[in-house]
Amino acid sequence: MKIVVFGLIVLLAVAHQSYWWWDGSDFLVLGFVPVGLAYHAGVSITAATLWAMAVKFCWPTIAHDGEGAEAVGAGDGNTGGRS
Amino acid sequence: MNAGMTSVVIIVCYLGLLLTLGLLSSRSSRGTSADYFLASRGIGPFLLLMSLFGTTMTAFALVGSSGEAFKSGIGVYGKMASSSGIIHSACFFLVGIKLWSFGKRHGYVTQIQFFRDRFESDKIGLVLFPVLVGLVIPYLLIGVISSGSVIQGMTAGAFPEMFPNDIARFNGSVPYWLGAAVICLVVMIYVFFGGVRGTAWANAFQTIVFMILGCVTFWVIAAELGGPAAATKLVQQHNPAKLKVVITPQDMDHYEEKLAAYTADPVAEVIKPRKPHGIGQLAFLTYLFIPLSVGMFPHLFQHWLTARSAKSFRLSVIAHPLMIMIVWVPCVLIGVWATSAVVHGKPVIPPNLANSNLVLTIMVKKMTSPVLGGFLTAGILAAIMSSLDSQFLCVGSIFTNDIAAHYVGRDKLTDKQKLFIGRGFVIFVVAVTYFIAVQWKSKSVFQMAIWCFSGFASLFPLVFASVYWRRASKAGAYACVLTAAASWIYLFRDSGYGANREYLFLDMMPVATMVIWSSWAMIVVSLMSPPPSRETLDKFFTPADSAGASPNA
Repeated sequence: MKIVVFGLIVLLAVAHQSYWWWDGSDFLVLGFVPVGLAYHAGVSITAATLWAMAVKFCWPTIAHDGEGAEAVGAGDGNTGGRS
Repeated sequence: MNAGMTSVVIIVCYLGLLLTLGLLSSRSSRGTSADYFLASRGIGPFLLLMSLFGTTMTAFALVGSSGEAFKSGIGVYGKMASSSGIIHSACFFLVGIKLWSFGKRHGYVTQIQFFRDRFESDKIGLVLFPVLVGLVIPYLLIGVISSGSVIQGMTAGAFPEMFPNDIARFNGSVPYWLGAAVICLVVMIYVFFGGVRGTAWANAFQTIVFMILGCVTFWVIAAELGGPAAATKLVQQHNPAKLKVVITPQDMDHYEEKLAAYTADPVAEVIKPRKPHGIGQLAFLTYLFIPLSVGMFPHLFQHWLTARSAKSFRLSVIAHPLMIMIVWVPCVLIGVWATSAVVHGKPVIPPNLANSNLVLTIMVKKMTSPVLGGFLTAGILAAIMSSLDSQFLCVGSIFTNDIAAHYVGRDKLTDKQKLFIGRGFVIFVVAVTYFIAVQWKSKSVFQMAIWCFSGFASLFPLVFASVYWRRASKAGAYACVLTAAASWIYLFRDSGYGANREYLFLDMMPVATMVIWSSWAMIVVSLMSPPPSRETLDKFFTPADSAGASPNA
């Protein structure tokens, strides 16, 4: 499922290029939204849908999720790196 | 009370409300630097969504988008908004959650602390510090310039004797320098008292304000133009190229004909046609690189770390593209309508308007009531301030934690001293930003944002490799940062320091070249240099993380 969801997100990025709507100023969606703009609003809605699927089916396993855990203080764990 | 004074009263009330909110939020503070910089890592899903969205949607989203739509047409939505809906959420999902996890586990407050540990190098902080602060300053400038312009544009006539101006539309306005100074001061005060918790509360409030007022204003302007369909029809008649993304020779012919007719008889024609600006397919494609900047914004990193749990990110990942759409679509339509808007037989936008940053404020001022105009001004300022606050806070946080506390010694500084240093550095950066903003008041917000975002995006390979590529090494990280900086400087200089607004490199947006070069440097140099130590790999690439969304190696 993970591959399907991320594959669809990549497809959406391709569809975002929308060459096929670039040249039309006459066709208006709802009577006032130029088709090129309406198409990209649709891309935004599709993006939200696909990311909802990603949240449902591809949520990462985090070792320290923090649910119910005590919050860690600021700046208390930095080792400062090594030169 | 005239329209200008009405706006002044509403703005003052709004700023007063915001200061009260900031002061109230400080009552919830635990008084520690952990609480000041990270709200004790206790921010839930709704406040996180509002913080992230309010921070990423700045003046650029309202003033810049409408101004750019006025100049270039609807293509600006595809270039910046729908692409951001895909890429921003990807950054939250793939990078933000990982960094939150590392921050929680190892106690990080800033990006530099993470990179120092991940790349086993103390000095990488000294390389990153000037780069990050240097890129945040233009981002701050976007907000400060816009706030000064908006207040000046909306308060004309308020103080005709105190602030006379030769330009009629600014006569009696609160001057640009004063409006910008007041906004800087208000944001600084509530950041000082409320810290990141104050900015989260203020962002939630301000995001709700600017979204509601934006929608209301959109419908009022549409109604004034005879309804949305009539408004778009005017554009079809006078500037049809603004409703398209690409420009054909026929569009140019149509423009030349209209311009000739207008020049011959400006009274009869009324609307001066606006020159069509299209975009090439490769340039459009490479705009997709710009939203990658979100992965490296230091102020977003700080907001990510405030999350109570990884699950707090879910709402942001899903709702962010929709919220971008709700804000951008009306702004783009208003910008496009402005090209051809006529009220009482006169064009709404002056024919020779040079500063497109003013398009939204002129439309609002001429087409809504003074009260709604005042409220919308407050809404625009809300969008601006909801970004400025996070940026102010993050520069203070970076200086305190990565320079002062790091080199003086974390244990040698008390919490009180850390807060004092952080606030002092904020004052310094705001002062520098303010003085630059006073000099650069006519700079295009959109152009400045593009170069600023491009700089952050060029560093995206650094953060992506640091969380997903075990082989990413210290030398690779240095090479990536230095290549990103060098390529940014080279291309910015090549564009005439941003003067060439149509600048492309190999027909692509310069950001694409920067990202490709910095990625190449990261990969090649990492492969040619020793890998990170086993200790570091164990610290950042645990088996549990490996079971996540993407492979670690």
